[in-house]
Amino acid sequence: MISYIAKRLGTGIVLALLVTFITFLLLSTSFQDVARTILGPSATDQTTAALMTAKGWDRPVLVQYGDWLFSALRGDFGTSVYTSLPVAPSVIQRLLVTLSIIVPALILTAVISTLLGVWAATRGGAVDRVAQGISLIGYVVPGLLLAIGLVVIFAVQLKWLPATGYTPLADDPAAWIRSITIPVIVLTIGGVANMAAQVRGRMIDELRRDYVRTLRTRGISTTSIVIRHALRNAGSPALTVMSLEFIQMFGAALIIENVFALPGYGSFAFNASLQGDIPVILGITAFGVILVTVVNLATDLVNGWLNPKARQH
Amino acid sequence: MTRRIEPVTKAVSAPSTESIATVQAAEVAASRTPIWKKLLRDPQAVITVSILVIVFALGVLTPLIALHGPNESDLSMVNAPPGTPGYPLGADESGRDIFSRLLHSINTAAIAALIGTGVALVVGIIAGLIGGYFGRVTRASTEWIFSLIMTFPGLLLLIILMPVTGGDYRATMLIFGVLLAPGIYRIVRNLVLGVKNELYVDAARVSGVGTLRILGRHVLTVVRGPIIIAAAFMVGSTIAVQSGLAFLGVGSLEVPSFGAMISSGFRNLYIAPTQFLWPSLLLGLITASLVLLGNSLRDAFEGSRPKPSKVGAGQHVAERAEDTVLVGADALLAVRGLRIAYPTPSGDLNEVVKGVDLEITRGEVLGLVGESGSGKSQTAFATLGVLPNEAVVTAGSILFEGRELIGLSDAAMRPLRGKEIAYIPQEPMSNLDPSYRVGAQLVEGVRAALPVSKKEAKERVLALLERCGINEPARTFDSYPHQISGGMAQRVLIAGAVASRPKLLIADEPTTALDVTVQAEILDLLRDLQTELGMAVLIVTHNFGVVADLCDRIAVMQQGRIVESGTAAEIFRAPEHEYTKALLGAILDEAAYRTDPPVAPAPEGAIA
Amino acid sequence: MSLLDIHDLRVSFPGRGFRAAPVEVLHGVSLSVSPGETLGLVGESGSGKTTIGRAVLGLVRPSGGTIEFEGREIGGLQGRARRGLSDDIQVVFQDPYSSLNPSITIGDTLAEPLVTQGATRRDARARVRSLLDQVGLPSDAVERLPREFSGGQRQRIAIARALGPQPKLIVCDEPVSALDLTTQTRVMELLIDIQRHTGVAYLFISHDLTVVRNISHRVAVLYRGDMVETGAAVDVTSRPEHPYTKRLLLAAPVADPDEQRRRRTERKAATAASA
Repeated sequence: MISYIAKRLGTGIVLALLVTFITFLLLSTSFQDVARTILGPSATDQTTAALMTAKGWDRPVLVQYGDWLFSALRGDFGTSVYTSLPVAPSVIQRLLVTLSIIVPALILTAVISTLLGVWAATRGGAVDRVAQGISLIGYVVPGLLLAIGLVVIFAVQLKWLPATGYTPLADDPAAWIRSITIPVIVLTIGGVANMAAQVRGRMIDELRRDYVRTLRTRGISTTSIVIRHALRNAGSPALTVMSLEFIQMFGAALIIENVFALPGYGSFAFNASLQGDIPVILGITAFGVILVTVVNLATDLVNGWLNPKARQH
Repeated sequence: MTRRIEPVTKAVSAPSTESIATVQAAEVAASRTPIWKKLLRDPQAVITVSILVIVFALGVLTPLIALHGPNESDLSMVNAPPGTPGYPLGADESGRDIFSRLLHSINTAAIAALIGTGVALVVGIIAGLIGGYFGRVTRASTEWIFSLIMTFPGLLLLIILMPVTGGDYRATMLIFGVLLAPGIYRIVRNLVLGVKNELYVDAARVSGVGTLRILGRHVLTVVRGPIIIAAAFMVGSTIAVQSGLAFLGVGSLEVPSFGAMISSGFRNLYIAPTQFLWPSLLLGLITASLVLLGNSLRDAFEGSRPKPSKVGAGQHVAERAEDTVLVGADALLAVRGLRIAYPTPSGDLNEVVKGVDLEITRGEVLGLVGESGSGKSQTAFATLGVLPNEAVVTAGSILFEGRELIGLSDAAMRPLRGKEIAYIPQEPMSNLDPSYRVGAQLVEGVRAALPVSKKEAKERVLALLERCGINEPARTFDSYPHQISGGMAQRVLIAGAVASRPKLLIADEPTTALDVTVQAEILDLLRDLQTELGMAVLIVTHNFGVVADLCDRIAVMQQGRIVESGTAAEIFRAPEHEYTKALLGAILDEAAYRTDPPVAPAPEGAIA
Repeated sequence: MSLLDIHDLRVSFPGRGFRAAPVEVLHGVSLSVSPGETLGLVGESGSGKTTIGRAVLGLVRPSGGTIEFEGREIGGLQGRARRGLSDDIQVVFQDPYSSLNPSITIGDTLAEPLVTQGATRRDARARVRSLLDQVGLPSDAVERLPREFSGGQRQRIAIARALGPQPKLIVCDEPVSALDLTTQTRVMELLIDIQRHTGVAYLFISHDLTVVRNISHRVAVLYRGDMVETGAAVDVTSRPEHPYTKRLLLAAPVADPDEQRRRRTERKAATAASA
């Protein structure tokens, strides 16, 4: 088991290095433009070149990346070109805002999808059609439209919830809950549409397997067969979908944050990117990769527990 | 026990496999219909395709229909309401015609979809074919690259790379296409891996067909359907993502797009609430049509997938059987006039068991013999109450110790299962739950059947495993199914079946999946256990050797009917029904061997 | 002179998992097949019998030893050189369901090897018809898809495909073990009949000693990657010398209660003696 974890962790580290390096490599092609942007309309070739030298952007890419990596490993992600604030604390602060809508949405997605999927797969008939209908609506309506629609209904028309803005949990828990409610609902509907269909499909397949019949002939209760046996075996592939769902929500949160004016990771990335704030972009990429690695590792670990065969490889 | 002989019903020379082919003819005819014809019959497909064709035709005709250029603004028309002359849907915050901008946005969406989906398809298919068909090293590297792409949030990456793309939506969609490629890659790679191991690909290679031709002819035909389905969904998501990015304000403000229009309408929500409605509706209509079309395509290509049905509802029964069956006092199990049918795609019922009568006395071993498709396994499953969900018992009665089993719910059947009637399956491996240790599965079964503590159950299972010829019971107890051999797994399943000393053991081809030497050992074990526990055994098999080894009596089944039954000695010595004779006659003679010498090859061309 | 000569054949497969040692599944097997002859290859799962067939077909690369066909080494051949052998060596596989591409018509499946070898479409079509006739199938089968045929019929189609290029050797990998009893007998009769008429040689792989005895001139017995016994069919299958062959023979149940009882006693005595 330990070697299994070590191997997964190793893969994660390589992934982190590679993604940050590729980002660095791609961004390095735009350093000159960025320098011009920083200098504004008064930029000349001389001043641009001087800024490039001052920032060290004219050195070979590998050297620059090595420098950045070395500092990053010591926890120093540099400072923003514009605000001169250290990158790491601001990235973490923004990340927490985004996670505070993604994590509740993910938990809700998992719970609702499992209930809905298992319910549909074991009842059939009308129940199944209802569950599939719910999935379809989530699939068919783009998240952006869903978000705007909910804002129009709940914030503009009914005035139950704030249309935009974010209150940190520490300031006012009740206001925090109200500020994340619509974003979480939007993300959850999109997530459930996908996950519930997955759980349902896997459960139907699983319930048709030979071992289920054999368990039935031993007089084992239906509940045990559905929950302990079929759901557990269906769980492992569903979990992989879940981890991809998390990554996808990270992307979707970007648009959601914009609609609801949440000071999250996505809007932070968007602004940094618009300004060409290279150190911030790299910091955002690095933390993103670390998060993805952690999630993948957690998925693999749970998978290893669910599926004894996975542990061998 | 009297001996029954049924009249000859059909030409004996037609073995049952051939008859299944005719039974399935209707199904085959249905599946031979071309895809486009199936789609034409599906209203969902027809409607969504029509919508998409109309929408994109409007896009193509934009230069003719549009009243204004996409960025042509008239300050006097700022926020003009719908219905203003020349501005059918009104104008936006800069005084641009919303209707014209919608039309131009269709083209932006179409180009975005074309680039994004095109790149994803080209990259994904090529890499999938390479990764799937060629060796492990090539696969490992493509695998690595694509899982790398997959693990990063795509939208975030598009944003981060804005300084590189300059926000141009075409460049962005190019990158997005690459980000979508892993989905296609996975589909193609999995299918290719599956097809590559198909024997027909091996046969093509033996026939001298080159790699490229194999990929094109045998592999692409299989991959085609799933790719078309995936493409429909991908077009939807590229359009949605492009709109999302434009909504955020990525890229030039000059480019008309749904996202930019929704964004401006959203900002104007309090002033002109209908402005954001038009682009939202059109975007919603397009993506919804694409998703629904994708679903229709899936149904057309892959056929209807298994539907769920209520778990634990018990077997479907068409009508209650009359309970006036007289059974001999010593009969443990009596099956009378049992009929089982399956619904066909056209909605009719197709009978696979057509009135079976069987009787087993206590402690007796009955062999139910027949070829594949004769309905012997269906009869066994009906007795256990575990027929597949689609099956319907159309008539008949199954009495166990005088009690009617037909029509019992799962809950009512449960006390009998495991305790009174037990089951040994054909394929040992797939009949163990892969996620639980062998011991835990057996303990659960024992505790479901008998009121014993966990500890007692474990001791009992360990003793049983040892009794069933497993050398290291404790080790096997702690093993997962994939860690033990097929023969061992069958011993485990036998141990599980006899754990509660059942009165009737139903064994469905219990040795068919095993090697001959292992089969002999398993047959010995079954015989010993049968004598030891005094249980009756119903053994379903196609192998007359197995029957000769174990059975007291034999019932021969053909096309859903019992055609002859009697003691083993009688049937082997003097079969009376034509079909039984044919079956026994087909058994290869133990003493016969090839006598004719090899002949010299004929000269070239003489074979035909 | 033999048609096929295998000498000290070894095959290894890469081990499961990361940097696992390769696993040798054939530990040096030698055998030969003469023109027009059937060599039966018997063994249980894991004996390596299928691997020998696949090595002869060029689907598996040997890790050692030689495979000579008409005196020419073919063991390591690849690409064009290997494809050139396709009119001499053909195959019939076990599973009649996966050995035919479900989405290609029977006519196209049968024409594929002929067209690959440069036959014109018209010649191929005529030849396909005569092949179908040879295996006892109606000529309207050309237009139909594999799923419209039963297991036995599909196996006839697979045999027709193998006969197409007029090969000198057909590797038959468990060609009848997935079939029902009555179908099995008729497919075997067909194979024997074809051999008598054309003089094609068979490398006939099976787990069933009785099947092998009925079709083979000579028999080789494999056990865990080694050949333990070889000789004339009648000798190996009725007077086996190696203990494993004896065990195999006694383990197969006979369809005769009295004879089976006798065989069982004999087997138990043999097991007790060796224990």
